[in-house]
Amino acid sequence: MITIEEFGRRLRARQTTSAEVTDECLQRVEAENPRLNAFIRVTADEARQQAREADREIAAGHDRGPLHGVPISVKDLLDIRGLPTTAASRVREGHVAARDAATIAHLRQAGAVFVGKTNLHEFAFGTTNEDSAFGPARNPYDPSRSPGGSSGGSAASVAAGMALATIGTDTGGSIRIPAAVCGLVGLKPSLGEVSIDGVVPLSRTMDHVGPLAQTVADACFVHHALLGDARAVLPAPMPLHGLRLAIPRRYFCDVLDPEVRARFDEAIERLRASGVHVDEIQIQHADQIASVYLHIVLSDAAAYHASTLDAMPERYTPNVRIRLEMGRYVLAEDYVRALAGREVLRREVDAALAQHDALVLPTLPIPAPPIGASTVQVGSATEPVRNVMLRLTQLFDVTGHPAIAIPAGQTTAGLPCGLQLVGCRMQTDALLRVALACEPQITLGFPRSGNVGG
Amino acid sequence: MTLEAWLKAAAEDAERRGLPALKPLLETLARATAALRAADFNDRADR
Repeated sequence: MITIEEFGRRLRARQTTSAEVTDECLQRVEAENPRLNAFIRVTADEARQQAREADREIAAGHDRGPLHGVPISVKDLLDIRGLPTTAASRVREGHVAARDAATIAHLRQAGAVFVGKTNLHEFAFGTTNEDSAFGPARNPYDPSRSPGGSSGGSAASVAAGMALATIGTDTGGSIRIPAAVCGLVGLKPSLGEVSIDGVVPLSRTMDHVGPLAQTVADACFVHHALLGDARAVLPAPMPLHGLRLAIPRRYFCDVLDPEVRARFDEAIERLRASGVHVDEIQIQHADQIASVYLHIVLSDAAAYHASTLDAMPERYTPNVRIRLEMGRYVLAEDYVRALAGREVLRREVDAALAQHDALVLPTLPIPAPPIGASTVQVGSATEPVRNVMLRLTQLFDVTGHPAIAIPAGQTTAGLPCGLQLVGCRMQTDALLRVALACEPQITLGFPRSGNVGG
Repeated sequence: MTLEAWLKAAAEDAERRGLPALKPLLETLARATAALRAADFNDRADR
């Protein structure tokens, strides 16, 4: 599928229209959604109407910027006025959003076309998209495998060409994990940078809203539109020569599938050959990341769900219900310890970045796991899928640093692998400049996602 | 509350509430809590 950048060029050269590209996406939805279950709701009529309106505005000289007329999908965790926000749960039966989430209002202002709302792991509380009231979403590269989660339907929708970009949320890795296994770019911005108003929460202290797209440039356009900056121009890439990256090798490279490790090492070598200086650093308390994350996310989620867990427990999928119940047993003293650990980890990531432009590490230790697998083989070890999926991403939700996942090649079976770059807090634009510079070396030689299965 | 006492009480409560599937998850949580309590960043009143 065409990128947002290319679409914009062709649109303004009168070589295509929003109506035409929106129709292409909707045809892909018809062809692929029965197989992938990426969408919970398709808004074809509204999308065609919005596309025609965008074409009329552009013809009249009213150009809203890079997202004008761009067909996008939205994770069904964000409110779009007049539509249900299901969170992929029966708990929310009967809900209809009275108004747009703040980010959706910004996208509407930017002229985006909404093709539909995408499937997710129920209440965003999982990394595989298997537990959804609407059934699992599937990976376009191999429908027997997970598209990642929780924004799995979102990722599948872009990888299969059903939208040019999508909006996801990330509390432990839910943008970057699906991006990695579906061969996409996924941006988790800095904590607090993008509004979470009108988003069903998982953890209000760690939730982030961000884009999944085919390229870093596209992710940049969508990120700025989410901020309300619809006319943003692409920042200049940082010069590659002299760029300083750091690999936090201990813990983050300890548990890796051999092919994921090989693709990561190859990307690092290409970056080095391009003049990038790559150091190694340590996050001293990395072994505490999972326990800090768990105590915070469980407590936050349990507080939000307590009344519905009591009133309508049967409406949750069994796995999500039981994990939410676990959060009701966390003691206040341990939650406070986790908050202390969060501050320590934040300072350690800050310190690691003090002498570097970005951290670089794999996004996910494994390729897409088979749907239904509870454990996965990583090298010679058998690991729980959930622990492995969150291992490399959750730290930056805890600390709030911006992180971007970039496709970094494929396994011999053709499954995508990902690499992530992590920048300084509240400096997402600086991270995007690093990502724009590194992207050609990271993705080198592998086809872009966006038309998988077609 | 010691972790052992917490886990025993939590498991009994889960059983009483008809949620036996919760017990292995509580054991997982107990391991994570033990790691958290052992961390060197925790404050102590005697230091």
